[in-house]
Amino acid sequence: MSFPLLTATAVLPAVGAVATAAVPASRRTAAKWLALLVTLATLALAIVVLVRFDPDGARYQLTESHAWIKAFGVRYELGVDGIAVALIALTALLMPFIVLAGWHDADPLETGSRRWRPTQGFFALILAVEAMVIISFEATDVFLFYIFFEAMLIPMYFLIGGFGDRAHEHGEEVASTQRSYAAVKFLLYNLVGGLIMLAAVIGLYVVAGNFSLQEIAQARANGSLDMATNTERWLFLGFFFAFAVKAPLWPLHTWLPNAMGEATAPVAVLITAVVDKVGTFAMLRFCLQLFPEASKWATPAILVLALISIVYGALLAVGQRDIKRLVAYASISHFGFIIMGIFAMTTQGQSGATLYMVNHGISTAALMLVAGFLISRRGSRLIADYGGVQKVAPVLAGTFLIGGLATLSLPGLAPFVSEFLVLVGTFTRYPAIGIIATFGIVLAALYTLVLYQRTMTGPVKPEVSAMPDLRVRELVVVAPLVILLIFLGVYPKPVTDIVNPAVKQTMSDVHKTDPKPSVEAAK
Amino acid sequence: MSATAVHSLWTTAAEPISKIPTPKIEYGQLSPTLIIVGAAVVGVLVEAFVPRRSRYYAQVFVSVVALCAAFAAVVALAADGYGTTKAHIAAMGAIAVDGPSLFLQGTILLAGLVALFTFAERRLDPEAHGNRVDSFAAQAASVPGSEGEKAAVKAGFTTTEVFPLLLFAIAGMLVFPSANDLLTLFVALEVFSLPLYLLCALARRKRLMSQEAAVKYFLLGAFASAFTLFGIALLYGYAGSVSYGTIAQVVDGSVTNVDPALANTMGNDALLLVGTALVVMGLLFKVGAVPFHMWTPDVYQGAPTPVTGFMAAATKVAAFGALLRLLYVVLPGLRWDWRPVMWAVAVLTMLGGAIVAITQTDIKRLLAYSSIAHAGFILAGVIATSKDGVSSVLFYLAAYSFVTIGAFAVVTLVRDAGGEATHLSKWAGLGRRSPLVAAVFAVFLLAFAGIPLTSGFAGKFAVFKAAAEGGAAPLVVIGVISSAIAAFFYIRVIVLMFFSEPRPEGPTVAVPSPLTMAAIGVGVAVTLVLGVAPQYFLDLANQASVFVR
Repeated sequence: MSFPLLTATAVLPAVGAVATAAVPASRRTAAKWLALLVTLATLALAIVVLVRFDPDGARYQLTESHAWIKAFGVRYELGVDGIAVALIALTALLMPFIVLAGWHDADPLETGSRRWRPTQGFFALILAVEAMVIISFEATDVFLFYIFFEAMLIPMYFLIGGFGDRAHEHGEEVASTQRSYAAVKFLLYNLVGGLIMLAAVIGLYVVAGNFSLQEIAQARANGSLDMATNTERWLFLGFFFAFAVKAPLWPLHTWLPNAMGEATAPVAVLITAVVDKVGTFAMLRFCLQLFPEASKWATPAILVLALISIVYGALLAVGQRDIKRLVAYASISHFGFIIMGIFAMTTQGQSGATLYMVNHGISTAALMLVAGFLISRRGSRLIADYGGVQKVAPVLAGTFLIGGLATLSLPGLAPFVSEFLVLVGTFTRYPAIGIIATFGIVLAALYTLVLYQRTMTGPVKPEVSAMPDLRVRELVVVAPLVILLIFLGVYPKPVTDIVNPAVKQTMSDVHKTDPKPSVEAAK
Repeated sequence: MSATAVHSLWTTAAEPISKIPTPKIEYGQLSPTLIIVGAAVVGVLVEAFVPRRSRYYAQVFVSVVALCAAFAAVVALAADGYGTTKAHIAAMGAIAVDGPSLFLQGTILLAGLVALFTFAERRLDPEAHGNRVDSFAAQAASVPGSEGEKAAVKAGFTTTEVFPLLLFAIAGMLVFPSANDLLTLFVALEVFSLPLYLLCALARRKRLMSQEAAVKYFLLGAFASAFTLFGIALLYGYAGSVSYGTIAQVVDGSVTNVDPALANTMGNDALLLVGTALVVMGLLFKVGAVPFHMWTPDVYQGAPTPVTGFMAAATKVAAFGALLRLLYVVLPGLRWDWRPVMWAVAVLTMLGGAIVAITQTDIKRLLAYSSIAHAGFILAGVIATSKDGVSSVLFYLAAYSFVTIGAFAVVTLVRDAGGEATHLSKWAGLGRRSPLVAAVFAVFLLAFAGIPLTSGFAGKFAVFKAAAEGGAAPLVVIGVISSAIAAFFYIRVIVLMFFSEPRPEGPTVAVPSPLTMAAIGVGVAVTLVLGVAPQYFLDLANQASVFVR
């Protein structure tokens, strides 16, 4: 039997989480280094997965399959396609930066404070989330996926509710109340979504008799498993609801601004760049493969919701006074693009959506982490409290600008490629929706540039006059992300090469082919 | 009536006695129950003859040995094939020795053992007058607050009779799910109910509340017993027999004439339906299903917490066992009549328990309503009327009982000057004062909420799957919605423990003896093992899911 590479990729951070939690309370720094090492080792494993994966090979590779709970027909089945590989690589890549950026986020506060911040717990929870996210990208058994899809809520919940920014404009009592509100909202939204999915998971078992994605998808494809139209639609809706909460799609998005606003910047990145990707990924992997007909049936409605997300998220981002909430609403807009790309049912759209997931992860991480550094210096999340930062901290301002420009999809930076692909892919089938979605880009330019202008340019506010520039640790976090943004903006081929074959297969699952160009090339 | 007529009555009545055969009792197969009853009797003798200072140790020793021996007997019987191939009806048709019986008996015995640890805990309260004290009143008969009570405390009286009471209750519970005729069912019901009524009244602290709980439980329980008994009488009138097998045959129509004396009433469907309704009502009372749940919160709150934990776990196991046997063995022919009613009861129970729990401010009442909601989930499995339904219910009961005992054991640890601090506001910030205790309680709450990787999820999935396969998809959807509602209040407690500021005058967490630690440890271990690797236990439940007829 070959080495269970996929299991190892997920087990390593899980073991790391336990080990980090077990570090004695006095050895705080050791726990941090341990967590960092574990994320780096996981990244190394993810790179091995990336190298061993053959884009043109079998659909699911590096597969593992073991009996687990026979009574439920559940198997421990792992396997990755190109989309999963890309997202595992993204997750593993972002985690060291998240750990490094959150280096001091869970340090105990000055003596006399009643806040309780177990440092080891913070890093252990981050590693636990990483393990669960990675295994949900790998699971090809619906039940196995569901278990980790649900279970990851618990560590996330403690990360949001237990750790906030060091300073808060309204004092600790208010902050604590807001934090636990955000954490509970996050958990309840996602739990309700998950429980509705549970009903659908059970329904799927009753219909199909097992949970294996490959078996069910195959049986669906060759017609040996017939679902009544209504059954399929209800099951699809059960699954999609959970993923739409997680992604999040308008009107199920309202937990995200709270959660991202109250969590520390690294945790906010963990939410939006890593955990939420499981939702959009699962739409591609489970909704489209298991319920192709229902997916096509629901496409118009979903596209409209995605469109609303794009425009509504961008509009609300323009109106935000709080930097982190602004990034949250921008993310809602971007998730609209991703979901639109998935359900446009064109190769370009879905490749673009997958690429978008990766690029959005990197660009949001860059923007949010720099924003977090900024906030930690001034102790305020309000845009109005800043001004003229670029004069005192030029490097910080510069990286913030690059993160912002990536968010507005400036050509030359990575997100542009994916946004363009999504728009092209949508336009070929649904021109009107493609055109309206383009306004999302215009609004993105507005909120990003206004954010930059208000915080970084203009006269230097007295409170920021002594602001130090990025420290070495912070530079180590930001620089690689910026380099990646530029690299993938100029040369996205490495990612698209991995993703494209998987997307083609997903397209064939839903029996969709790309529409013919309406204007024939002149001969 | 003349004297000779009376005489002839005497003589004719006396005659058949010589014809009654000696009852054939399979002592070996009844050994689990017999061991427990014997130990309970020994416990009574210990109470009478052993000096006070060594009574506690003697009682704990007798109880632990008896429970372990009985469990070993259950395992031996199961290993011998009595759960599967050799399953049969023993003791002249009174007791069924089959898979569900043995599985539930094993569960009850283990739950009883874990509960016994919490009963025997004597380190939570400070010593009174140089004597270690447990959760039970020094002298239950003395008026609360009276001189007599003070004198009893001063003299160092301890209520070691709780141990034989517990054993009697367990003995009744062992018989309850394996009873194979209605009279045995009733006797078992009373045997386990009466000790529980008493145990409820024995709290050391908050004695008035405890006595109130006991009176409520007793009165309502007595009513429920009366209903059950009346139902049994009607069913006898219908079928001419109290034996499960015979009633089932009469319901099926395969036997039409059992007793000529009852020719007028036999086969009268009104008797059957009313009788069934009354008997089922008595059982639903014991499981705490809506609308027969009214006693649950008051009794759970007032009873000494170790007793609450034991009741919540073991009573539910025993009563669901009896309900399963009644519905699956006696009344499968009546399925189309009882299923709609049970549907309604399950829906009301799931939603009612979950919704009312949201407004609770006392942790014990909260857990009481949560236990009602869980009764609803289990009913969903009962309604499946399939082998999977039985096995899922068995598994759920096993998973649920250890979480429950563990959770109530944690409740006993959080104390302030007035004893246990059960008001929720006092739990604020517990996670910062005692991270370990709070984390353990959080694990139990997550299991109650049915979060994956805990036993609660595996159990919930099993019953919902069985229900969905049994054609009860709407019930699954309602179950999922109630789970979401229930999750809200479980999470509220977690928020309170971890994210709220601790109160300056908040409670302290007592350091328990290894006994309570063991109870909590078993709870956590079972929660995680059944959550991550439930296969073995699901198989066990699956093998044990065939009733003998």
